[in-house]
Amino acid sequence: MKEIASWALNVATMRGASYADARIVGQRSRALTTKSGKVGSASDAESAGMSVRVLSNGAWGFAASEDLSRTGVEATAARAVEIARASAQVKQKDVLLAPEKPVLAEWTTPHVIDPFSISVEQNIALLLNIDSELRAVAGITLAETNLNFNREEQWFVSSEGTDIHQTKYSAGAGYAAYVFADNEIQKRSYPNSYGGQWQNRGYELIDELKLVENARRIAEEAVALHRAEQCPEGAFDIILDSSQLGLQIHESIGHPIELDRVLGMEANFAGTSFLTLDKLRTLRYGSEIVNVVADARQEHGPGLGTFGFDDEGVPAQCTPIITNGLFTGYLSSRETAHTIGENRSGGTLRAEGWNRLPMIRMTNISLLPGVKPLTLEQLIASTDHGILMQTNRSWSIDDRRYNFQFGCEIGWEIKHGKRVRMVKNPSYSGITTEFWNSLDAICSRDEWTLWGTPNCGKGQPQQVMGTGHGAAPSRFRGIKVGSAYKGS
Amino acid sequence: MLTREQAGEIFDRIKKFSSADETEVLLSGCNFALTRFANNTIHQNVADENHSVSVRTVFGGRTARASTNKFDDDSLRRVVASSEALAKVQHPDPDLLSMPDSQEAAGSPSKGVQSTQVPSRHFEQTAAITPQLRAAGVKKIVEVAQKHKLITAGIFSSSESLEGIFNSRGLSDWHTQTLAEVSITMLGADSSGWQKANSPDVAKLDPLNLAEIAAKKALDSAHPAEVPAGKYAVILEPAAVLDIVGFMFWDYSGTAILDERSFLSGRIGSQLFGENITIWDDVTHPLQTGSPFDGEGMRRLTLPLVENGVVKRVVYARGTAARMKKSEFKDKVGPVSATGHGFALPNEIGEMPLNIVFAAPQNPQTLDQMIASTERGVLVTRLWYIREVDPYEKIVTGMTRDGTFLVENGKVQRGLRNFRFNQSLIHMLSGVEAMSVPVRSSGEESFDMVVPAMKVRDFNFTEVTKF
Repeated sequence: MKEIASWALNVATMRGASYADARIVGQRSRALTTKSGKVGSASDAESAGMSVRVLSNGAWGFAASEDLSRTGVEATAARAVEIARASAQVKQKDVLLAPEKPVLAEWTTPHVIDPFSISVEQNIALLLNIDSELRAVAGITLAETNLNFNREEQWFVSSEGTDIHQTKYSAGAGYAAYVFADNEIQKRSYPNSYGGQWQNRGYELIDELKLVENARRIAEEAVALHRAEQCPEGAFDIILDSSQLGLQIHESIGHPIELDRVLGMEANFAGTSFLTLDKLRTLRYGSEIVNVVADARQEHGPGLGTFGFDDEGVPAQCTPIITNGLFTGYLSSRETAHTIGENRSGGTLRAEGWNRLPMIRMTNISLLPGVKPLTLEQLIASTDHGILMQTNRSWSIDDRRYNFQFGCEIGWEIKHGKRVRMVKNPSYSGITTEFWNSLDAICSRDEWTLWGTPNCGKGQPQQVMGTGHGAAPSRFRGIKVGSAYKGS
Repeated sequence: MLTREQAGEIFDRIKKFSSADETEVLLSGCNFALTRFANNTIHQNVADENHSVSVRTVFGGRTARASTNKFDDDSLRRVVASSEALAKVQHPDPDLLSMPDSQEAAGSPSKGVQSTQVPSRHFEQTAAITPQLRAAGVKKIVEVAQKHKLITAGIFSSSESLEGIFNSRGLSDWHTQTLAEVSITMLGADSSGWQKANSPDVAKLDPLNLAEIAAKKALDSAHPAEVPAGKYAVILEPAAVLDIVGFMFWDYSGTAILDERSFLSGRIGSQLFGENITIWDDVTHPLQTGSPFDGEGMRRLTLPLVENGVVKRVVYARGTAARMKKSEFKDKVGPVSATGHGFALPNEIGEMPLNIVFAAPQNPQTLDQMIASTERGVLVTRLWYIREVDPYEKIVTGMTRDGTFLVENGKVQRGLRNFRFNQSLIHMLSGVEAMSVPVRSSGEESFDMVVPAMKVRDFNFTEVTKF
């Protein structure tokens, strides 16, 4: 593969590229689903190809092709240079890359069981077993389950001498039970909605999720939601479970700290950010107990944002994003690092596959757990009147990441330290910094989970990327609840 | 790009490698290029070429799919073997139909079904766009921004794509298409404006006009005022209409009815929307794009989904229609037959209409006429981050973006800070007071459609953001 990459780099540099890198990628994926007692889909996919990214005349060019023959690779490299020259027709200044020491490296996602080594029969039997448990509960009108496995092997070679061979594995599993009755559709999901839990691990993740063990409870909750009362509207203290808080972090911290958004590079599609450069180390993002990191290192955990090197050859790093409530860091790349006074990239550039341009993506953006021991039950016990909300159902935020609204699948009203009743259709809304400044309690490490968001969309053409978000259940004071259902 | 003849040769090799009862091959390919700009600079500029072959095999009611982007014999043998291995371990599905032959897929006049023909959607001028041409187009857009002392961001893309289907019962179909697209955001110090358009024929795009409109919106919405959230008469431009109504079309599906996850469950045949709402699915419409056949090769039929506010029917894949005919819902869902809207098998979604065309109103009004007849309301350019809040009442939430204006006494008065809405689509389409002539429109939250601008009463804004 190194030889194939060298064909590309040679042609690019011969044609005048001042910098070039090549990524050769082979991807394999398996997707299995069931729906109400039947296999819904069963598919395997493989894709391989190469991309060349070049700087020429101070501007970027990028070309990709499935053709890995010498002729094809050289043509792709030449095309990338031609595109860069066209880019240079409309530029204000030359692209400047932060220096990065060349490395020769091998890296593979630590895993115990290769997910592709588990037979399809075994996987389907697991899904149908879950399905049967869900539909054993009277009232369930639809049951859906899914298992997903991915393997991506990449060779990254640059004109600066970097040569990295990296193989990443990820796995995901989940299910949902639906009930349609009395002109209302209610749903419960496990371990999370929209595909369940995902991590960069092997099949051992699936074994640990206790999927079958939780199926009856989830189905019973879906049925019970039809008897529950509507979540009250007003200002409440709310407790978010760790999966919902993971998505809250994703939307209201992860996206606004992307430096390409801040610099206006995403203005036409994903949007910009309220975190203008003057806010670095001056904005009180959250309360004193809010500590958030962007950590791609293995020691943070097997999140979907965990890797050895990013897709421009920068090693995984940990960047403090919010420190004791103060905004302290952005997600950066070699091109953007200098705009915040850094002389090195934060290592966050990733691409969806061989034919997409790497761009700034969240790694694992995690809220660190509370220091003092605190369980969810203790947090509930210390809450006088509030709503516990679990498992995301809807999410929306404006294009500068100020105003958000989230809906959850299930809520529980808390009075005098006790859950007193289930409520349906819970939702809450607010303004990002006001919300994070209202945080007054975070459960401790035992309650902390590194959740995976497998479907983060960004870029033109749009790319889907997996990101990680560690969180423990937390309490926010005086939050607006219920406006989603007001007057609609 | 692969030719139909080359694709046929690939299918012949796959057939030889397959031991399945039935074999189906989907081929897709695309030459895609996109020039992206921001801060008045081309900052990303990409091109890629890829083809994919996807093989579905069937053994006695068991089916599965595998795909690859390599077409040498070893790769094709491997993809067939993967598909067969996956299929053989499935449980037999008594509802799985034999693959359609070409006669069934094309439709038979004796059964009252006409084969669907679409106009050519492949234009050499679009396929031949070079990086230099795209850069030259972007340069002109940047010059508009500089003339108005604005910053611009956006894209200029071009593509040439193919879709082909072959199966062992003799079916073979092929579609090629080109598409050029321009999307432009103009940014002022505290305001923005946006426009987007696409067409298979690049000659039909006018990037300079789009840039001027986007710039005017940015200039006119400068120093936005905050007005309280609440119910307003709202004029939605076509892109805003398509992005919000797009969230209901997943439910116009036989599978969604069978799954009881559609907001149309129990409502087909009822007056759900205002009498001025008529919606078709029509792949043949001259402003539409896309292939005339579905994931099994069935030709797409042109169908009325809503007539004068009454929901008439949903669409069906072949297997879904067969299951519906045996179900408890069969007498409550209008006509039940395969309509050519299925996704590639196996899948859990079933089908959906993808070529939405709103019928022209009896008395179309221009945007200016809608504004002139509005005592107090809000003009919306674009909606953003729309998500479903309630699946049966079809309440969706989202934000306004890139040009939101206060209308008073029949005139656009000034820019407004953006709103969050929580709006039932059923209520919205029951309260449409005026519509324009439908146009091809493109947004970011839903697929492209032919939709009008709409003036809607009592649109439900629930919050205001900070800009």
